[in-house]
Amino acid sequence: MVTVNALTELPPRPDTAGELVDIPHGWEVRDVEQFLYKEARLADENDYDGWEALWTDDAIYWVPVDGEGDHPRTTVSIIFDNRSRISTRMKQVKTGKRYAQAPPSNLRRIIGNVELLGGRANAAGEIDLEIGANFMVLESRDRGNTLWGGRTTYRLRRIDGQIRLAYKKVVLVDNEQAVPTLGFLI
Amino acid sequence: MTAVVPSASEVEEGGSRYDRLIQPARVHGTLYTDPSIFAEELRKIWHRTWVFVGHESEVPQVNDYVRKQLADQDVVMTRDKEGEVHLLINRCAHRGLQVCDDKSGNSSSFRCPYHGWTYRNTGELLGYPYNKGYGGKKQLPLGMGKVARVASYQGFVFGSLAEEGPSLEEHLGAAKGEIDRLVGLAPAGKVSLDAGWLRHKTRSNWKFLAENETDGYHPQFVHGSIFGVTGSPIGELYSDNSTAVTRSLGDGHSENDLRPEFRGFAEPMRWFGTTPDRVPNYVAAMKEAHGEDADRLMIEGAPHVMIFPNLFIAEIQVFNIQPVGVGECVQYSTAVQFDGGHELNMRMVSQSIGSVGPAGMLLADDTEMYERNQRGVAMADPEWLDVRRGLHRESVDENGFTIGTATDETGMRGFWNHYKTLMTAPDEGQDD
Repeated sequence: MVTVNALTELPPRPDTAGELVDIPHGWEVRDVEQFLYKEARLADENDYDGWEALWTDDAIYWVPVDGEGDHPRTTVSIIFDNRSRISTRMKQVKTGKRYAQAPPSNLRRIIGNVELLGGRANAAGEIDLEIGANFMVLESRDRGNTLWGGRTTYRLRRIDGQIRLAYKKVVLVDNEQAVPTLGFLI
Repeated sequence: MTAVVPSASEVEEGGSRYDRLIQPARVHGTLYTDPSIFAEELRKIWHRTWVFVGHESEVPQVNDYVRKQLADQDVVMTRDKEGEVHLLINRCAHRGLQVCDDKSGNSSSFRCPYHGWTYRNTGELLGYPYNKGYGGKKQLPLGMGKVARVASYQGFVFGSLAEEGPSLEEHLGAAKGEIDRLVGLAPAGKVSLDAGWLRHKTRSNWKFLAENETDGYHPQFVHGSIFGVTGSPIGELYSDNSTAVTRSLGDGHSENDLRPEFRGFAEPMRWFGTTPDRVPNYVAAMKEAHGEDADRLMIEGAPHVMIFPNLFIAEIQVFNIQPVGVGECVQYSTAVQFDGGHELNMRMVSQSIGSVGPAGMLLADDTEMYERNQRGVAMADPEWLDVRRGLHRESVDENGFTIGTATDETGMRGFWNHYKTLMTAPDEGQDD
C-alpha cells in the first residue's frame, strides 16, 4: 500500500519518468509498424482477448484530458488503467451488457507518422522502445459517427521473443473539449 | 397509431401547459424534445434559479480565474484581491467579444483583444485606448456582465442570473445537510474540487440526467456488468429488499439515503469499499477531528444527492450538468478531495477515473441510457413516460419528507413538482 501524505511522495508521472535515451538495439521499424497495425486491428475488431494479451504485467493505458494532462494520480483522466483495470474493463465488456459498447461500435483507424523516439528505462532497469504515431479512427454507432484523432505514445518490450505493449498514452486532439462516450479501445 | 392515452393536442385543452404535461404519475415526452420548452427552461430555470458553477478551491489564490459554463453563458469565475469570488459574463461591453480566452490562470485584469478594453477581475471597466474618443478616462458607465447573484455553500459556488429570488440557503434547503455530510468526512472540515474535470458530451436532454441520479431502480440493470465482474456490493444497496430509502428533499432535490444499509453493517469505511486498517491515517485524523462521532460518520458514509437543477454528489464524485440544447448537455465530473484526508484522495481520483467520464465503467453506461432515452422519446407512441413506481407505498419521514423504497421514483416526482412550480411562474417583468 502506498501511503501518501504529501505531494512530494508521488511517483513521477509516467510519461516523463526517467529520461529518453537512444533507441535501443535490435528493433526494426517494419516490425514495430506491424505490431502497431496488429494492435489497431484487434482494437478495431473488438478482439478483447487478443488485445489484452498484448499487454505486459506493468501496463499503463492512459487517455488524459487537457493536452498532455496533469499527474494522473492526482487529477482525473478519461482512462488511466493498470494491468488489473485493463482486465476488469475487458471482463466488463465481455459480459455483453457494457451498454456503452453493446452493441459494439463499428471502427476503422489509420495509424501514421510512426516514429521511433528513443528508449526509456522500465522498473526492471531494461530499456523499452518508445514510439510516437498519429491516428484517426472513425466510429459508427446509433448515436452517429464520431471522428477521433490524436497522437499515441507507445512503449514496446520483447518478452520471450514476442513484442509486447507496456505503455500507451493517447492524447486526443479535442481533449480540451467535451467528448462523447469513449466505449471502444482507443 | 393507437392512442391509449390522451394525445398532446387533447391535453392542451384547459389549465396551464405544464399542468397538462406533468401529472402525478406520468410526464409527457415533449418535455424532453420541444425546443420551445427548452427555451422557456433557460429563462425560468437556468437564468433564474441557483445553478452550481464551480468550487472555491478552483480559484485558491487571489487573482486566480477559471472559465466555467452556466447553461448557455460563458462565465469567468474570479477571485479578487479581497478574496471575494465573482462570476463575470465573458463578454466585452464594447462590441460583445469574448474577453477572456484562456481556460484558467492568474491575473488581476482581463484585456479584450479586439480594441484593448481592460477590465478588473471584478468586472469593472479600467480603461480603453485612445480615450479622447470617449471624452477622456473613466467616462463610460460600462463593465463586463456579471451573474447577478453569487453565493457559496461549503465552498460550492452557485450563481443566479436573477437579481432577486430566494437566497442560496433557502434554495438548498434540506440539501444543505447532505453537503454538510460530505464535508464532515474531510478531517479538516473542507473539501476541494481541484482534481480537474472530465467533460462528457451527452446527446440527451438534461432532465434525463437529473432524474436518473437518484433513480435506484436502474443500477442493478445498467450497472450489472461492472457489479458482477468486480463483485461489488453496491448493487445490493438498490435491490428490491434494500432498507435504503429514496427521499424527496423538497425544492426539486432528492437523495438515495443508503445509511440504513450501512448502519445495519456498522462497519466504518464500508461505504468506501475498504476497512479502517487499510486507511489508518485517515481514520486517526477523523477520530481526532470528530471524537466519538467519527465512527458514525465513517459508517454512514457520503451522500448520494441530486441538487436541483444540476449538482449531483455521488458519494466521492461531483457532477456539474450543463445544458447545451434541447437534446444535448455536458456532464462535468471530478473526484472529491478531502482536506486533511490525503490517504483517501489518490484513491478517490483512481476510483473516479474508473467510474465516471466518457470511458467510465459506470457513467458511460448511464450515458448510453440517456442517449437511447432521447432517441426513444422522439418516437410517437406511447407519448408519456411513467413515473408512478412506488406512488402507492410512499410515506412521510420524521422530518416531513416524502420517502419511498430504494427503487421508487419518489425523487423524480419531487423533481417534476418543483420543475412545474418554476415553469408556471410568470416571466420576469410580467404580471400574469
